[in-house]
Amino acid sequence: MTKRIIDHPVLGTIENERTVTFTFDGKTYEGYERDTIASALLANDVRTIRRHEATGNPRSIYCNIGHCFECRCTVNDVSNIRACLTLIEENMVVKSGDVQPDPLNPNNEGPLPRTYEEYAERKAGDTDENA
Amino acid sequence: MKMHDVVIIGAGPAGLSAAIQCRTYDLSVVVIDEFPKAGGRLLGQLHEEPNGEWWNGIKESNLLIEEAENLKTDIRLGVSVHHVERLENHYVVHTNTEHVAAKTVLIATGAAESAAPIPGWTLPGVMSIGAAQVMTNVHRVSVGEKGIVVGVNVLSAAIARELQLAGVDLHSMALPATNVVSEDQSNPRAVMERLVRIAHLAPSKFIQFGSKFATFEFVRNIALNFYPKDGIKMWDMPIHLRKAIKEINGTDRVESVTMVDVTPDGDIIRNTERTIEVDFVCIAGGLYPLGELAAVVGCPFEYNEALGGHVPIHNEAMETPIDGVYVAGNITGIESAKVAREQGKVAGLSIVKALTDNAEVAEKVDAAITNVQQTRDEATIQFHPEINEGRATISASFEQLIK
Ligand SMILES: Cc1cc2nc3c(=O)[nH]c(=O)nc-3n(C[C@H](O)[C@H](O)[C@H](O)COP(=O)(O)OP(=O)(O)OC[C@H]3O[C@@H](n4cnc5c(N)ncnc54)[C@H](O)[C@@H]3O)c2cc1C
Ligand code: FES
Repeated sequence: MTKRIIDHPVLGTIENERTVTFTFDGKTYEGYERDTIASALLANDVRTIRRHEATGNPRSIYCNIGHCFECRCTVNDVSNIRACLTLIEENMVVKSGDVQPDPLNPNNEGPLPRTYEEYAERKAGDTDENA
Repeated sequence: MKMHDVVIIGAGPAGLSAAIQCRTYDLSVVVIDEFPKAGGRLLGQLHEEPNGEWWNGIKESNLLIEEAENLKTDIRLGVSVHHVERLENHYVVHTNTEHVAAKTVLIATGAAESAAPIPGWTLPGVMSIGAAQVMTNVHRVSVGEKGIVVGVNVLSAAIARELQLAGVDLHSMALPATNVVSEDQSNPRAVMERLVRIAHLAPSKFIQFGSKFATFEFVRNIALNFYPKDGIKMWDMPIHLRKAIKEINGTDRVESVTMVDVTPDGDIIRNTERTIEVDFVCIAGGLYPLGELAAVVGCPFEYNEALGGHVPIHNEAMETPIDGVYVAGNITGIESAKVAREQGKVAGLSIVKALTDNAEVAEKVDAAITNVQQTRDEATIQFHPEINEGRATISASFEQLIK
């Protein structure tokens, strides 16, 4: 479902936009060439950009102009990128932020490995999959 | 590291028009902005002026960008500044990608929106009114099927109209319900007072909205006591000053809001809760100057309500008490883009004056200062009724400081 405002009585009609393909949490989406990650996702009706690091609550854009950092996500393996300021690029890999382990709450260890062994194990698993 | 004449932080109307002046006199200029397109908050603006013409921010931005590009201005987009370092006789601007050195720095970072938090405001689908403006007019993506605007002020009324124009459906505009952080945004008397004093300077339909309450306090009190249940309509959209949003509801995204009736003083009337289905909420808490970078470099600040909050102390020539540091645009006080653009011109010329010995420039600075005041007097959108007093106070503080 697209949520584009194609025709506008004062700003005119959008025409002949080149599309760009990117992935968000493993799923493929299309946006326009001048889209930010935030606008491309919203145009695809995707609102949740990250989960709150401690509570896991869903979060989306708030200010849309770079001030609030609510829209942080991981782009091509670089974390804490603001989705509202970053233009999409062909084959860009975007991931939502995850719940992080909480040292004060033993029930909330998050998805990160706890020991080096665990890390190495998972890493080996990853490579096997990719091979 | 190459030494530039000036680094301009912010490619909004203030930064761009300063860059144009500096490049006209062939200074070496670097403009830095973290947004992917130049134009700043001007990009999203779309107002119908009282004469019926449209103020189209994208067009206005493009005019400035074109002029700057014709002068071969170095504009670096998608770059964030996080520190300005003051060294012996120059400055180093730290960004996420590089360090840029210059003899002078112009900080034209504009404004940010104040939050008016209400329970549920972190749900996806809740955003600031400015976020909706940019999504609608710049990115051309609809923020939802049906929404509500929380917070009634000149900016939210203007943007509500912009959403309507783009075919986005709004239930109404209402106040945020009183809570520990809401301050006078939740007080119908304060909100109406501000609307009435500013209405004659706002976009056309707003004038009629404001004039419904007249300027006499007793008329306003009567108007608030007998405020229509269905709100007062502007462009067919109800504006409620006696209803407030107490809570935003939903599990993974906005599903509804809880609306309550409030007294003329903003107190919640019991047992008036009702649920209104919406899929997005725009929160409008007003604007404040974005001054952090001026603070980091050591500019003294003053709290000045008419200017929108804490502003770096500066004079009419856009100089700060710190040699080589200039400010322009909304960082100096919340006003329209036209004023920001004229202030940018002043700042650009002041920098040229400081770095070259061109006798004609001093006169040009004075003429540009006169222009700022004239633009202010003719402004069709104004954010605070006491803007002139606010400007006078800050200039006086500057004189006091450098004495
Ligand atoms: C959300 C919002 C909506 C507004 N809507 C209206 C409106 O509808 N009508 C109206 O008259 N006025 C509006 N304003 C007021 C607006 O501030 C002025 O009209 C005008 O745009 C101010 O111009 P400026 O050049 O001072 O700042 P801006 O236009 O805000 O430009 C500042 C630029 O600096 C950049 N910047 C800031 N910090 C950094 C940093 N650390 N690193 C790199 N770049 C940075 C920003 O990305 C931005 O592009 C709005 C303001 C905001 C915040
Ligand atoms: S939404 Fe506020 S920084 Fe991106």
